[in-house]
Parts: sequence; structure tokens; C-alpha cells
Amino acid sequence: MSETTATGTQPGYDYDRVELRKKLATVDKAPGSSKPDSILTVDNVVRRFGGMTAVDVQHVEVQRGAITALIGPNGAGKTTFFNLLTGFDKPNSAPTLTNRGAGTARWVFNGRAMGAVGAAKVAKSGMVRTFQLTKALSRLTVMQNMLLGARDQPGENFFVAIVKPLWKAREAEIEAKAADLLKRFKLYEKKDDYAGSLSGGQRKLLEMARALMSDPAMIMLDEPMAGVNPALTQSLLGHIQSLRDEGTTVLFVEHDMHMVRHISDWVIVMAEGRIVAEGPADTVMDDQAVIDAYLGAHHDTDLGDDSLLTDESIEELEAEVKEEDAARVETEHNEEGKA
Amino acid sequence: MILVPTNTPPLRSSRSVRVGRRHSLVVLASMLMLGLLATIVSLAFAPGAASAATSSTCTVDATTGCIQGTLFTSDRKPAEGVTITAKPDSGDALTGTSNAAGKWAIPVKTAGTYTVSLDESTLPSGQYLANAATNDRKVQVSLGSQAGTLFQLSTTKGATIDNNNSGNDFSWQRFAQQLMSGIRLGLLLALAAIGLSLVYGTTGLQSFAHGEQVTLGGLLAYTFANVLGLNLILAAIITVVISAATGFAQDAFIWKPLRKKGLSLTQLMIVTIGLSIALQYAFQYFYGAATVRIQTANPKVVTIAGVTLTVQSYVAMGISILVLGGAAFFLLRTRTGRATRAVSDNPALAAASGIDVDRIIRLVWTVAAGLAGLSGVMLGLVLNGVNWQTGLQILLLIFAAVTLGGLGTAFGALVGSMIVGIIVELTNLVLPGDFKYATALFILIIILLFRPQGIFGRRERIG
Amino acid sequence: MDYLVQLFQSLTVQALAPSTAAFAIAAIGLNVHFGFAGLLNIGQAAFLLLGAYGFAISIDRGLPLFAAVLVALLCALLFAFILGLPTLKLRGDYLAIVTISAAEIIRMVGRSSILTDLTGGSNGITGNTYNGPFQALSPLPDGSTQILWFDYDNNGVNGWWIRIVGWGLVGVFLLLIWALARSPWGRLLKGIREDEDAVRSLGKNVYSYKLQALVLGGLIGAVAGIIYVLPSSVQPDGLGRSTTFFIYTALLLGGAATVFGPVLGAILFFVMRLLIQSLAQSFIPDSIMSTQQTVQFSYVLVGVALMCLIIFRPQGILGNKKELSFSV
Repeated sequence: MSETTATGTQPGYDYDRVELRKKLATVDKAPGSSKPDSILTVDNVVRRFGGMTAVDVQHVEVQRGAITALIGPNGAGKTTFFNLLTGFDKPNSAPTLTNRGAGTARWVFNGRAMGAVGAAKVAKSGMVRTFQLTKALSRLTVMQNMLLGARDQPGENFFVAIVKPLWKAREAEIEAKAADLLKRFKLYEKKDDYAGSLSGGQRKLLEMARALMSDPAMIMLDEPMAGVNPALTQSLLGHIQSLRDEGTTVLFVEHDMHMVRHISDWVIVMAEGRIVAEGPADTVMDDQAVIDAYLGAHHDTDLGDDSLLTDESIEELEAEVKEEDAARVETEHNEEGKA
Repeated sequence: MILVPTNTPPLRSSRSVRVGRRHSLVVLASMLMLGLLATIVSLAFAPGAASAATSSTCTVDATTGCIQGTLFTSDRKPAEGVTITAKPDSGDALTGTSNAAGKWAIPVKTAGTYTVSLDESTLPSGQYLANAATNDRKVQVSLGSQAGTLFQLSTTKGATIDNNNSGNDFSWQRFAQQLMSGIRLGLLLALAAIGLSLVYGTTGLQSFAHGEQVTLGGLLAYTFANVLGLNLILAAIITVVISAATGFAQDAFIWKPLRKKGLSLTQLMIVTIGLSIALQYAFQYFYGAATVRIQTANPKVVTIAGVTLTVQSYVAMGISILVLGGAAFFLLRTRTGRATRAVSDNPALAAASGIDVDRIIRLVWTVAAGLAGLSGVMLGLVLNGVNWQTGLQILLLIFAAVTLGGLGTAFGALVGSMIVGIIVELTNLVLPGDFKYATALFILIIILLFRPQGIFGRRERIG
Repeated sequence: MDYLVQLFQSLTVQALAPSTAAFAIAAIGLNVHFGFAGLLNIGQAAFLLLGAYGFAISIDRGLPLFAAVLVALLCALLFAFILGLPTLKLRGDYLAIVTISAAEIIRMVGRSSILTDLTGGSNGITGNTYNGPFQALSPLPDGSTQILWFDYDNNGVNGWWIRIVGWGLVGVFLLLIWALARSPWGRLLKGIREDEDAVRSLGKNVYSYKLQALVLGGLIGAVAGIIYVLPSSVQPDGLGRSTTFFIYTALLLGGAATVFGPVLGAILFFVMRLLIQSLAQSFIPDSIMSTQQTVQFSYVLVGVALMCLIIFRPQGILGNKKELSFSV
């Protein structure tokens, strides 16, 4: 069971969390600070929708072996940033035929440049994501969902697929692995049910388990807690931490501050598309930029305080909220279209 | 000769239920006449089409090929006893003679190129070969198939008849003429396209039954104006009102319940396909397979700056521009219009800001069907008439138009329609008529390659 | 009683006709597109038409039978690539528009008078120009055979030989689909049908799989086209939009995403239509509905049936109710 995620020991990976936190304590607590061992380094990622800039990240690094939280008020561009990193969207600053020089978007994951790489290749290189609105494949069974996550199934080739003996052995291997993961996520009893019959929280778990089928070096969770019932929250947090302990770097987007405080080693704060602060969970919350970003937008705050809320910033935030809603609606639309 | 598609029953000779018992004979007679007319016209004007007629004296088989055609005098009577010669590159010349139906056929046993010529001395008196310069023509024949060639007759010696409106004889005058026709087609398409685009924008649905709304408009107008003899304008108004009512009813009885039932868009799209099939054959059931033209009396033509169009065409274009202007005003300046655009932009947000989305969608369906009906009336009036499958043909052009302009954007639909209309008509300058729709669809595919969101569409977001 | 026996016999004759087999094969192909991969191909008839043209013209130009089949398949392959490469990266409804448009282009160009030498223009190509080599291949002795009330020539244009080959091919394709549906390849397609972003996030090249599905279904469609025209003739207008819509009806009737659904659906489609038509013809007086109108009436019912099917029983006859109850 312990061997279900990353196999063996990776050199340079901080299995000891105390060590890791010590290292991170020495890191400069400023936006875009460099990390001792960065698994993901991002430069110049800009994404505009119409006249509005949704994401404008100059430089950010993610520490290998850490649980990094990406937080920020609604409309800060977190999900868009996720989409860009995982190849589901293309930055406006992407290198073009004529301009591949400085100022164009580039990011390096695990030593590999990922600038203009499609979503499938990103996932193949070991950076697997989940979605804010779970994308469990409803009309496949839980087990089939899991098997889809596996790598190196020769039967996924058309010609091999026709001859069962050619892929039977590998199928048995990945089925065993899937069974292990499902047991761990307490979904094993449901393995033959359609994924569509699972509860929201179970779908989140399934999506996470499915992502783990490919032994990713880094897993990116988009709001893993959204829509999960409180009873499941604790076990979900436990799962995420054990993932890290077994060798998978975690980057997640979350609104829930308790979760962020509870499990993250490092917090990156986004607001209005930019990285405004970075640091360990307990210190970053005191950062003035974070307070401005958060309290200004969505938390119980004195709305009479005009210094926080100029007309301009309200309009901007409104636009962003609208944009994000639109994106969400569009996603739903797309999903409907496919059913 | 009109070729009847295998799964399309031929011209129906029966009463029409909707148009009423008393007029059934009139309808029948006019349909038959129209069918006959269409047959004759296509016989005379479609090069090669004459081969569709089964030869009376030549049977195609594995070792035989036929060169054949049908001869008509200038007043459209069969020309009998005319001798036609087919001379192979090497070997003896073969001859054939036209029969009482004007048909002639020459069986050949060797494939190859034959020089086919008409013996002018055997022509009926007072008839001369038109375009005599093309008398000796090369015809390619292969065994087991037919090759048709057409000779045209005239009452004057040495006459030339230009029936080839697809020739290479480019002139600016023809260009202007075709351009104007294109603008006319574009405007009529736009009426239907804006409706489709609005429906797509507000509901996400591509309605395949939208073309049938156009057909319905044309057929209804024909019924009121020609069968029941109402004043054309009155007939058009009634048609538009009924069309709009069908849109209203469709949303009330089909689309709204299905939205509430939670059907996916793909499912809904297939429902529209089913509706489209049912309507097409229902049209055929009631109106038969022939093409009906509204007001078949010879229309007056007006020539402006070298461009000749019927008066009705100018009126139709005027009405289109007015209605399109009205639609623009509605969308831009009225409260409901702005609400419509808001729903189009983002239904959830619109609903959240207090817009009654269902009411807007109902309105959009009603208006869309009404506009499609109006488009059908005018297509039946100024173009080649309407038959049961006009809608599907138009639908593809509308799809091309809205996709070109950008799915879901009303003004994109307008611009897209104009482009498609003009392309369709200008194609005639360089390619035969068969290709005019194909070109528009081809350009659609090319555009999708380079700018999938269309001219006015926004780049999509995923996730 | 006699009437019922006759009706039953004519229905079974229709059920086993070569055109039914061709339809079943076409629906199997469409099932790969729509049922498994979720691709909304509304131009399946064009694959049939291309297959038919490729086959007929090749043989007419003197190619041997197998080369002609190969040409037919190549035509469909090329068409699938032309359709798929630009559109499979776009949203699903773009594929719908492009396929229906491209199918119309094929039909219009095919029937164009310019290409009369090649395609026979709107007349199409008569069967005797291309069905010789196929007949020559028949191992059956000459003569005719009667089994029950099925009485055909052994080798005639529309005899036992084409029926055996047609239904034999149905069997072959059923086997192929059965093998693929249970394989990881089939699982991947179903995943793409459900949510291609999810599958993409798992590191699979969705684009390539969609293209593979489009090509496979198209090739099967081309074979269906050959079977369809062998006992008759190549008629561009007989393989138009309506044909595609009818194939959809057959597929949804039997059950999309099932193995046997398309075949069952194709048989039922023809049988039901003939049944409606026969009953209407026999029991509705001519003054209310003429013979011609009974045909149209049956097609109206086809349209209505398609609507009702997709609304009330989208899984068709063989589909798993549960599998479709989660469709969003």
C-alpha cells in the first residue's frame, strides 16, 4: 500500500517534513523568491481576456517536496493560472515564430521546458491536475476511471487493442494498482459503480486517486475541498499529506484558510492576476498585501472603509468575478455539450 | 430531366390537404405544369443532363456505350428525323436519327473520343443550329456508360444562344450583376441567420430544423397568395405571424420542457434533426415534391447601373434591410434587446441579475421563426421558389454564415450571410452552377482552419 | 391471414436485404464516432458515397476488385483526415457543421456536370459498370436457391452472394467492435466521450484518439457504401443528408455505444418503416392518403420516432439505462 504512489526514494526529495520546513524558513518571503530546490519555475505568464488581464505572473518557483497552497480572492486568476501551467490554456505571452526571446512565457518543470506544450504532454511529463468542478467520467465505472489514469497500457494502441493477449498482462498490473489506491481512498467497494453515482466528495477522491495512477512527480489540485462534506475533509487532508510524504509534490488552489494553515508548507498569494505575497502559512497571513487583497474583496470587512475600496478596484474585481463565472459557466456548457 | 433521388418519391399527383379541397385541382395542375416546366428548362439548359433520358435505341451494357441527347426546336417541340454523326478518331462514322420524342442515340462499341456533329440539312424547315461554331464537338465515351451532348436550335441562321451562365466570359457587367444577386441572397440569408444565431447564443442549441422554418414561410406564402389568392402583402404578413407562432409553440411545447428535463445539447441537436426530417416529409406530404413559386406571373425587371433585377428583388432587399435595421435597433437600444444580448453573453449571470431568461428565450424563438418565415417568403418570391428541401439547402448556407461571422453573435451572422451570399453568386462567374453552394461550404471549412471562432467570435476559454 | 403471412414475409425479406446490411455496417461505423467517441459526425453518408465512388470508378477504370476496395478505403481515409484535422481540436458542434457541409460538398461535386465522365454526374454510375468483378468472385454455382420464402439467384446482382457477403461483413465488423469495446482503446474513447479535458489531464493524446475513431468509423462507412451500391447503382442524391439522419435513427433505435445496437436498429428501422407504409397503404383509403403519401407519412414518423427516442430512451433498445441516467 505504501508503494502505490511514487516508487522508491528520489534523490533530493525531502521525505522529512521538518527538514523541508527548515529549508523553506530560509527562503526570502517575497513574491517570486527563489527556492532551494525548485520543481517548477515559471516566467512571464500573461493571459488576457479582452481588455482584462487575468494572469500576469513574472516569476514564481515551487519547492520540490512541499505542499504549496495557491490562494487569493475570487477572480484572482488562480484557476486560469492552473490552466495555463497545465496546458489547458495558452498564455498571450507565449513565444511566437517571430518572438521567442526575453519577455515570452516559459516555464520549466522537473528540468523540462514546458512553454508551448499541450495538456496531454504536460500530464505525461509528471504534472497531473484535478479540476475544480470534478471531471469524473460519469458513464464509466469507478474502476474504469482508475484504469484510464494508468500509463504504458499497450492496449491503448488501436492495433494492439484488437488482440487481448497483448495487453492482458499490463491490464492486470494496473488493475491491482488501482485496487490498492481505491482501498486507500475507501472507494474499493464502489469499484463497479458508475462514477456518476458517487457523491461530490467521493468524486473528488476518485479524481485524485485517478491522477495518482500515473505516479506523477507533482499533483495540482484545484480546490480539492470545494463541495466535500465535512466528514470527508479530515481524511482528504490526511491523503494529501501522505502523498507528499511518499514523494509527490503538491500544489493546490484553495479558498478554505483552515486547510491552508493546516497542511501547507508554503503559501503563494495571488490577487488581480499577480503574485502579491509568498511565505509560510502562519506568516503570509499577516502580510499587508494579502490583507488588502482578501479583506478588500470578499471577507467580512468594513465596507465603509473607502481606502480599501476605491470605485476602480470594485469595478476591476467585478469584472474579474464576472470573467471567472463566465469561465465556469462555459465549462459547464462544454460538459453538457459532451454528454 | 430532373433526376429523382432514390429515396425521394417522384412528383406527387394527389390532393393537398392543407390548401383546401376546392383548390386541389388548381394546385395539382400548377404543380404538374411547374414540374413540366422545370423539366423542360433543365433539359434545355443543363449541358449533359439530357443523358438522363433513357435512350430508346441504345442500351448500355458492358460492351456498349451510348452517345445521346434530345433535340428540341426553338419552340420546345421535339425535333424528329435529324441525323447526328459520331466519328471516332479512327474508323467509320456512326450515325443516329432523332425519334418522335426528339431523342437520338448512337451506340458505340469502342471507347474513346468521338467527334459528334449534327447534319444541318436534316433539320426541320425554319430551324437552324444555334452556336453552329460548336457543331463538331468532341465527346468522350466509355463502354457501359452514356455520354450526352446537346444541340440547340434557333429560328435564325447563325444565331448564338448564351445559356451558359457559368462560362469563362468574364465581364465587369456580369460581375456587377452577380455581386448584386449575391447581396440579395446575403440579405435574405441574414434574416434567417440572425434568428439561428440568437437561438444559438441564448440556448447553445444549433437548430437543424431552422431551415424548415424557412421552407414553411415560403410554402405558407404560396398557399395564401397563390392558392387562396390573397394579396401578396397580406399573405406575407399572415405568413410571418404564423411562422412566429410556430416558433413560440416550439419553445413552449418542445424546447422549454426539454431544457427543464435537462437534456444535453447533443440530444437537443438530434431532436432538431428529427424535427427537421418530420417537417420535410410533412411538407412533401402536403405540397408534393415539386418547387412552388410565389406569383409565377412574369415579373417586371428594372435595370439600375447595368444590373438587372426584378422589382420584387429590390423590394425584398429593401424589406430585409429595414427588418435587419429593426433587429439591430432592438438589440442595441431596447431594454429587452439588451437583456437578450446579456442572456446570449452569459445566461447564468443574466438570470442572476434578474433577467427572466425563459421569457427571453421564448421571445428569441418566436422572433427567429418569424424572421425565418419572412426569409422563406422572399426566397420563394425572388429566387427559384421553394420546395420541401429548400430549407436544408439554405440551412447549410446559414450555418456557414453564422460560423463565419462567429457563432452566437448577431452581427457576425449578418456579415457572414453577406459574405456567403456573395460568394455563392460570384462562384457562378468561374464555376458551373453545381458548385455554387459547395464553394461557400468549402470556404467555411477553410475559415475554420484559420479562425475557428469566426470573424467576430471570441477566443474560447477552457476550464 | 394470408395478408399477415405476406406482410410478415415481405418484412423479413426487407430485414435481410443487402441494403439493410449496408445500413447496419454504416451504423456500426457511426457508432464508433457517435456512440463510443462522442463525435457528432453528421456526414456519414459522405463516407458511404466516397466508398461507392472510389470503388465503382476504380473498377470502371480497370482496377481489380481488391485494389478498388483499397481505393474506396483510401478515399474515406483522406476524407476523415480532411474533416478531422481542422475540427477535432474545436468544440463538438463545429465537427457537426463541418461534416454536414463537407458531405454536401462531396454530393454536389459528385453530381456536378463537369465530372460526368468520372462520376456520371447526377445520373450516377449504373451498377453493371462495376459489379462484374464482384459477381465473378462468387464461389456459388449458377442457378437460384430457395430457403423458406427467400428465393434469389445465387449470383444475380441482387442475389444470395451479395447477401452472404453483406451480412458476413456485418459479422466481421461486429467482432471487431466487440474486441475494441472491451479494450483499453475503447475505454479511452468512452472517456473522451464523457469529458475530453479529463482524459487530456491524464496524459492521453485526445486529438489522436478522436482522429483514429473518425478514421475507423469512416472506413467502415466506406465499406457500407460499397455494399450499398453493389446490388443497385451509385446515386449521389441517394446518399445525402437524409441517409445520414436515417443512420442516426437506426443507431439510436438499437442503442448507441452498444455492440449489437446498430445492427438491430438498422433492421428495425427498415422493417418498421415498411410496416407503417404497408399498413397505411392497406388500411387507409386512398382518398385520405395516397400510396405516395404513405411513403412520406412513414418518413414523418421516422422523424418523430427519432425525437421521441432521444428524449425518452436515449440509450435505445439495447442500451443500459443506468449508463445513460447520469448524462448531464
